[in-house]
Amino acid sequence: MKIDFEQVTVPVPTPETAHFWSGCVAGELRLQQCDDCSRVYFPPRPFCPDCGQRAVSILCGSGKARLLSYVINHRPHPAFDGPYAIAVVELEEGVTMMANILNVPQTPEALILDMPLKVAFRPIRQGIVLPYFEPDGADL
Amino acid sequence: MSAAKVAIVGAAETTALGRIPQMSQIQLHADAALNALADAGLTLKDIDGVATAGESPTAVAHYLGIAPNWVDGTAVGGCSFMLHVRHAVAAIESGLCQCVLITHGESGRSNVGRAGWASSPGSLSGQFESPFGGMGPTTLFTLPVLRFLKDTGTTLEQLASVAVIQRQWAALNPRATLKEPTSVEAVLEDRMIAYPFTKSQCCLVTDGGGALILVAAERAKDFPQSPVYILGSGESTETPMISQMQDLTRSRAFQMAGARAFETAGIQHSDVDHLMIYDAFAHLPLYGLEDLGFCGRGEAGAFIASGQTAPGGILPLNTNGGGLSYMHSGMYGMYALQESVRQVRGTAAAKVAGVEISVCHGVGGMFGASGTVVMSASKVR
Ligand SMILES: [Zn+2]
Repeated sequence: MKIDFEQVTVPVPTPETAHFWSGCVAGELRLQQCDDCSRVYFPPRPFCPDCGQRAVSILCGSGKARLLSYVINHRPHPAFDGPYAIAVVELEEGVTMMANILNVPQTPEALILDMPLKVAFRPIRQGIVLPYFEPDGADL
Repeated sequence: MSAAKVAIVGAAETTALGRIPQMSQIQLHADAALNALADAGLTLKDIDGVATAGESPTAVAHYLGIAPNWVDGTAVGGCSFMLHVRHAVAAIESGLCQCVLITHGESGRSNVGRAGWASSPGSLSGQFESPFGGMGPTTLFTLPVLRFLKDTGTTLEQLASVAVIQRQWAALNPRATLKEPTSVEAVLEDRMIAYPFTKSQCCLVTDGGGALILVAAERAKDFPQSPVYILGSGESTETPMISQMQDLTRSRAFQMAGARAFETAGIQHSDVDHLMIYDAFAHLPLYGLEDLGFCGRGEAGAFIASGQTAPGGILPLNTNGGGLSYMHSGMYGMYALQESVRQVRGTAAAKVAGVEISVCHGVGGMFGASGTVVMSASKVR
């Protein structure tokens, strides 16, 4: 699968999410953690969604994840050169996020639920770097 | 014992369903509303409450020339109309208004006078989901199912049987879009849309509308149709982002709305004669049966595949053919409600004998919201 980064929808950071996107540029997967109850959460917001506490800190995720679920889209999309998987991965820290899975055939035979993954940052454009995932141990 | 305070006395769909390029979306609302008024023997002057989604209640009330005492524009996707029913019960019961019109109209196929709905690139889904190539419900609503299949031991064949059995119901319904019998093999071999979903496991895209009229239960016998009493209801939301569901194999919103509906209606699962579960895709009845408690964990696939929800089965489900075979304009919840009303009245095309209690369960967004309505042929039970 090839991704045409010119055709990828570009996220527009907000004040609440800017740390996440600057983290991607720096090669860090920045999550947040409640100073009070220790809950790690995503997507970003300046308060804990568990207890409402505003005192929260940035936590750099390990980038390790597992493949939780996916579909393989067969309808044409300008950014992808053929059928491609849209996945939800679960990070080691417990939070989930959507991603594409790089460096692996986009087939049910190759994409095995629970397979170990690691984050793979790719610059798209307008200064945005996206967090993708790839099989842990894959050759770059 | 529970006693209904409010009843549905008017219910109708648009005159035509399917492809209606000669009508704008707002006119689909009006066509359904006028049909529901005729069904109830009422005129526009009798309506003093308006609820709708997809259009604003301001626009619908103005278009119909209604000066409302109460409006509800709750818009949480396709189950909004279940929530409107619930809110209308509260409004009528507390005296905010007397006669509520709930309308739906959607030019889902022909796109006449319809606004788009792309998420802004600065929204959370715009930032954290859109870049990865999701193309609306076919690729996002479907995304949890592989995890569901693995964790529950449900098979792809059982998932496909949902579409097969709903087609059996559609075959009994002259207004259904797809009536030709199909098979598990044919469903699995159909064109792949988003693995593991083939075209037969995705909802139709059609035009249409529907409307309901509700009044206080003590007046309900004064109308031409058999009253359909609202015995109980529930509603909830979870997340606007599929990637942020608490558990990809369960809908928290389904569980909360369903439990509250059963509790307020004072019914058990064994009391339910007829069930509607909004099926935008084939996996939704599986989630619905398990999250509402009709089936245990991992049992819904076998329950459907073995014919329990088919014509002649113990739990008739999606008896109009559902979103997969009957019609699906985008916000299908209104058509599920219409079929529950028809089954309780005894006027459905694929009539289930002796329906006393019908449960109508809706989803909004992509597991984003949920509403459940319990309808009854009797005011008190
Ligand atoms: Zn906290």
